[in-house]
Amino acid sequence: MSLTSRLSLLAVLSLGSFAARADINMPVGVTPISRDVYGLHMLIFYICCVIGVAVFGVMFYSMFKHRKSKGAVAADFHESTLVEIVWTAVPLFILIAMAIPAAKTLIAMEDTSDAEVTVKITGYQWKWHYEYLDSGIEFYSNLNAEHNAARQVGSGIDVSQFDNYLKDVDNPLVLPVGKKVRFLHTSADVIHSWWVPDLAVKKDAIPGFINENWALIEEPGTYRGKCTELCGRDHGFMPVVVKALPAEEYDAWVAENTQAEEAMIADSGDGASAAVAAVDDDREWAMDELVAIGEGVYAQQCASCHQADGAGIEGAFPAITGSAIATGDHAAHIDIVYSGKAGSAMAAFADRLSNSDMAAVLTYQRNALGNAVGDTIQPSAIKALR
Amino acid sequence: MSSPSSYYIPHEAKWPIIGSIALFAFFAGFASLLNGGGWIVMALGAALLVYMMVRWFGEVIAESENGQYSAQVDVSFRMSMMWFIFSEVMFFGAFFGALFYARTFSGPWLSGLGEGGAAATNAVLWSGFDYVWPNNGPEQLGDNYTPMHWFPLPVLNTLILLTSGVTCTIAHHAIKHGDRAKMVRWLLATCALGFFFVIMQAVEYYEAYAHLNLKMTTGIYGSTFFMLTGFHGFHVCMGAIILLIVMIRGTRKHFSATNHFAFEAAAWYWHFVDVVWLGLFIFVYIL
Amino acid sequence: MSTAAAGHHDHDDHGPAKGWTRWLWTTNHKDIGTLYLLFSLVMFFIGGGMALIIRAELFQPGLQLVDPLFFNSMTTMHALVMIFGVVMPAFVGLANWMIPMMIGGPDMALPRLNNWSFWIMPFAFLLLLSTLFMEGGGPAGGWTLYAPLSLQGGDSFAFVIFSIHFMGISSVMGSINIVATIFNMRAPGMTLMQMPLFVWTWLITAYLLIAVIPVLAGAVTMLLTDRFFGTSFFNAAGGGDPVMYQHIFWFFGHPEVYILILPAFGIISSIIPTFARKPLFGYASMVYATASIAFLSFIVWAHHMFTVGMPLAGEMFFMFATMMISVPTGVKVFNWIATMWRGSMTFETPMLFAIGFLVMFTIGGLSGLMLAITPADIQYHDTYFVVAHFHYVLVPGAIYSIMAATYYWMPKWTGNMYDEKWGKIHFWVSTVFLNVLFFPMHFVGLAGMPRRIPDYNLQFADWNAVATIGAFGFGFSQLIFVYVIYKCIKGGEKATDEVWEGADGLEWTVPSPAPYHTFEKPPAQYS
Ligand code: HEA
Ligand code: HEA
Ligand code: HEC
Ligand code: CUA
Ligand SMILES: [Cu+2]
Repeated sequence: MSLTSRLSLLAVLSLGSFAARADINMPVGVTPISRDVYGLHMLIFYICCVIGVAVFGVMFYSMFKHRKSKGAVAADFHESTLVEIVWTAVPLFILIAMAIPAAKTLIAMEDTSDAEVTVKITGYQWKWHYEYLDSGIEFYSNLNAEHNAARQVGSGIDVSQFDNYLKDVDNPLVLPVGKKVRFLHTSADVIHSWWVPDLAVKKDAIPGFINENWALIEEPGTYRGKCTELCGRDHGFMPVVVKALPAEEYDAWVAENTQAEEAMIADSGDGASAAVAAVDDDREWAMDELVAIGEGVYAQQCASCHQADGAGIEGAFPAITGSAIATGDHAAHIDIVYSGKAGSAMAAFADRLSNSDMAAVLTYQRNALGNAVGDTIQPSAIKALR
Repeated sequence: MSSPSSYYIPHEAKWPIIGSIALFAFFAGFASLLNGGGWIVMALGAALLVYMMVRWFGEVIAESENGQYSAQVDVSFRMSMMWFIFSEVMFFGAFFGALFYARTFSGPWLSGLGEGGAAATNAVLWSGFDYVWPNNGPEQLGDNYTPMHWFPLPVLNTLILLTSGVTCTIAHHAIKHGDRAKMVRWLLATCALGFFFVIMQAVEYYEAYAHLNLKMTTGIYGSTFFMLTGFHGFHVCMGAIILLIVMIRGTRKHFSATNHFAFEAAAWYWHFVDVVWLGLFIFVYIL
Repeated sequence: MSTAAAGHHDHDDHGPAKGWTRWLWTTNHKDIGTLYLLFSLVMFFIGGGMALIIRAELFQPGLQLVDPLFFNSMTTMHALVMIFGVVMPAFVGLANWMIPMMIGGPDMALPRLNNWSFWIMPFAFLLLLSTLFMEGGGPAGGWTLYAPLSLQGGDSFAFVIFSIHFMGISSVMGSINIVATIFNMRAPGMTLMQMPLFVWTWLITAYLLIAVIPVLAGAVTMLLTDRFFGTSFFNAAGGGDPVMYQHIFWFFGHPEVYILILPAFGIISSIIPTFARKPLFGYASMVYATASIAFLSFIVWAHHMFTVGMPLAGEMFFMFATMMISVPTGVKVFNWIATMWRGSMTFETPMLFAIGFLVMFTIGGLSGLMLAITPADIQYHDTYFVVAHFHYVLVPGAIYSIMAATYYWMPKWTGNMYDEKWGKIHFWVSTVFLNVLFFPMHFVGLAGMPRRIPDYNLQFADWNAVATIGAFGFGFSQLIFVYVIYKCIKGGEKATDEVWEGADGLEWTVPSPAPYHTFEKPPAQYS
């Protein structure tokens, strides 16, 4: 009809094509829910655009027409109950129109029933731990080591060489396509939030509580996300990677890793297998043996704070190199790792490490990273604490 | 009367900035103390704060007794006191909120009652935890303890506070009739009851720590119990001190049948403390 | 009695005291207003400087300048400084200057308390900012101080908590003072429904403050005891819940964001009628809309927590309640436009800022509405889309309204006209850079960039570079603002009493600059 409305149509259409670009808009995603959410997002976006165009249209029209320099003389009206009612009621109806699809999507999102696979996801400062409750597979997922080296302040490494800079991990979460997967989110220290935009899953990991969520992935592929709740120094560096495999490949992966897992438990004395562990923990371990295992544990569990070379970070994380605790009395050294330090990022590792792993990492700290105390801490010493 | 022909405008004031310095020292000192430092800065800050209040209030009292305040100023004081008390109500509201939240949401959730992930929370993380109130959480922080029973001490304290409300009102009536001596007598009773309350509360805390193993560290029950009763007890102390000052002013022939705002402010405060206690008695001790 | 009092003692100083101690000991609402405004201006550069550190680090991917922990403490401090040190004090400063003048009162109801409210602020911020130099650095858990992360803070933790208590004391005292002033110091005959909207919005804001600041104090006190005294409010092992902190915090936090905008509504409601030369449209509905917003603000807090795992019914309730806020806010926007409609408009600097406010605040409000839609918010939450939303309501919202007010009332304060040319340049340069700064944040947010991260994937590089350029442009264009203020204080064309052709209200009936004590006797019967 009028010029304004034609202009607004044009504006909305151009905004629309603009908005369809992937690098500036929400991804459509690969689950039914993510598609619903995308549709909802675009719907409310368009509604907002129309409101904006209408409101600003009237306003700019007035600013051009009713200016003193154009000889406009001020009218004197300042009240109208009718228009007040109209512009209270109309927005209300618009809101109702938005609320209905929103409520429907929300209800669907919250329905976690009938899942075929359940994964427990635990946030740690600053990595994820995945545990498949059905098959017992479990592993940690850390930021890709190359990216980790490149992201250090003043590393001198050009980050633009990595396509998925800060979006890649050592062990991705592997999930099946076409099956409803239920996620149980929790945390071992502070609040994290597990987000994969393509799945439209974002849920906070609250220490001591479990939140549920689900996804039904429809296309195989690799989907990347991030921790989105501020969780301390390296919050920006705990990516999420989901690898969605077709059902058969997924089953094969599960079969393979279930075996690997069992084998691992058998030879490392992981706490999961108490019988095996008990035998191992009582014998006298050699220094080399402990240091070798400890190196791996240290890289996995401790290096994110105390740094790979043990230098720590000034003011945030104490150095292990030359640390009075790590080179001193056994009891204090064991205690800070076993029980943690309340009110600091140093968590209790009692439940996270097996006796032998803890003994190994302690021994490693005492005899590597620039320290050379020359003694060992035996798994039996840890076992005695439990 | 509240539309005067000219306004009251006070002259410069030196106490506020001294008060800011005092608070600064107090807070900075307290924080250092918590970080393992000494307590001297904090004590100096507190002392300066008290000194500042004594002097500032002293000036205000003198001005009031000289009749420098118009009815309008009086109304300003009244409104401020009212809204100050309201802000205190909201402060307690935060802790009551925590209590209600812990009782209706977090506790049941941890024991598997509720929507969403509650069942999983209990099954995976805290199996075996059954929600009862009071509780000290699935890990039984602070070990076994005995909850504080509402009888006898809390009941006694309730009676003390209710009685003190009555004595306070009698004192109010007395001053309204210009009977200053009677006011002082009944205020004395009120203060005495107030301090008695505080002593009883101290006894209760002693019981809790010494015999019931109930401490601040006793999980959520200990936290809410000591936080609510502690802040309340602190307010009772403040209220009693204020009443005491009003009483002393009474003995110095302050206040008249028409001019006794300080008394009323103190009385309002006292009633507020009273009402909070009733809330505490019901939600912390009985339910 | 009151006449006796007036003759009786020595408050009859008619001008300001001599010497610098005047500023320490003053009980004059104008002096205190000036102190607040200057304090806020200084803090704006400190908070802005921190924002520039943030933006500089985000200029390109990779960590070039700062350690991630320091980055986090910059975002935390930036927000605390901007909210508690800039916007709130600026509004209180304006309230101090304008409310007594607008209602025909002599001064604030409690002038000595007023002095204290101000003089707490520099000390509170000294306490807060000093933490940047402590072992372990400043607070780095975000301005929301979520447990348990905030409990990991180093030595700074206790200082931050106490600085919040400290500022809280100031805010509550200041608000009580404003409430008492508005109820008790109005010129004889002025009814509540005759008060200018700025006074109304501040009255409602003061109530919000009195109601929620103590709740914040309670929340941070629980953090303190959890850390130092072994309580378990926010610890599941003891039967508490980290999410409980969030509920209590946002019960304060959401009303807080309206504390940051309601006085702005009042300012805009003063400026638009002046430059449209037409009375405000729908005065009564403006008052009711403000009150409704304030009421609704108490029942929407959990829209900041849609991902924490609330029960479905809770999410629904908070979604609908949040959406409802758009209705009264819309009423306000429509009323402003209706005020402009068929007016006789001119576009001096205050009006430009008011229009900038109107447009960009609405953009921010509409993105707020999108955030209210729970399923969509689950994607938006904690991304730069949220950062874009709140900067649109805060910077061209709250900050622009403060600038508009400064230009609008500065002639009354100083007696001199400001430099119109530079004022206009300030507006245009700021507005262009501001959109360069914040608009791209919508894009990177939707495309998946989380907030509170010091480094990001290359995918976000271009828009971040753009935003950083905008930030430096916007930041440095604020030096123009300082220049204009400085020049106006120093001198310039003398302002008339009415200053603006279309101005209406008691403040324009007194001389420019306004005398030290505006009304020593109540003004003649109001209307
Ligand atoms: C001045 C401050 C201010 C203001 C006024 C607002 C206004 C609004 N905000 Fe905003 N908000 C913040 C400051 C503010 N916000 C801050 C600081 C945060 C982040 C905190 C943090 O996490 O650090 C935040 C975060 C935030 C969130 C959480 C996002 C997340 O973390 O996931 C949400 C969700 O609902 C939200 C919603 C809203 C809504 C619905 C409004 C509404 O009031 C807007 C209403 C206005 C309009 C809608 C426009 C005008 C209306 C019309 C033109 C009428 C026609 C309209 C319709 C029919 C719809 N805000
Ligand atoms: C009123 C509130 C307010 C205001 C005015 C601003 C203003 C600005 N904000 Fe801020 N911001 C918040 C409130 C505000 N912000 C909040 C609440 C958060 C959330 C924090 C959290 O996550 O916990 C936030 C977070 C936030 C982020 C996200 C950080 C992150 O998530 O990692 C960013 C990033 O760009 C940002 C940028 C800016 C910029 C560039 C400005 C600009 O407008 C600033 C303008 C700049 C200047 C005015 C500087 C002038 C300086 C000079 C000219 C140089 C001279 C310097 C000195 C003399 C010292 N802000
Ligand atoms: C999330 C961060 C983080 C991780 C992961 C971490 N630590 Fe720590 N660690 C800390 C912090 C913070 C401290 C300082 C605690 C304090 O004294 O306040 C600390 C202190 C220590 C100390 C004492 C050092 C000293 O001189 O004070 C030792 C030893 C130690 N950690 C060993 C370990 C081991 C072994 C691991 C891995 C199994 C580990 N840490 C993992 C953060 C961490
Ligand atoms: Cu983990 Cu952020
Ligand atoms: Cu909000």
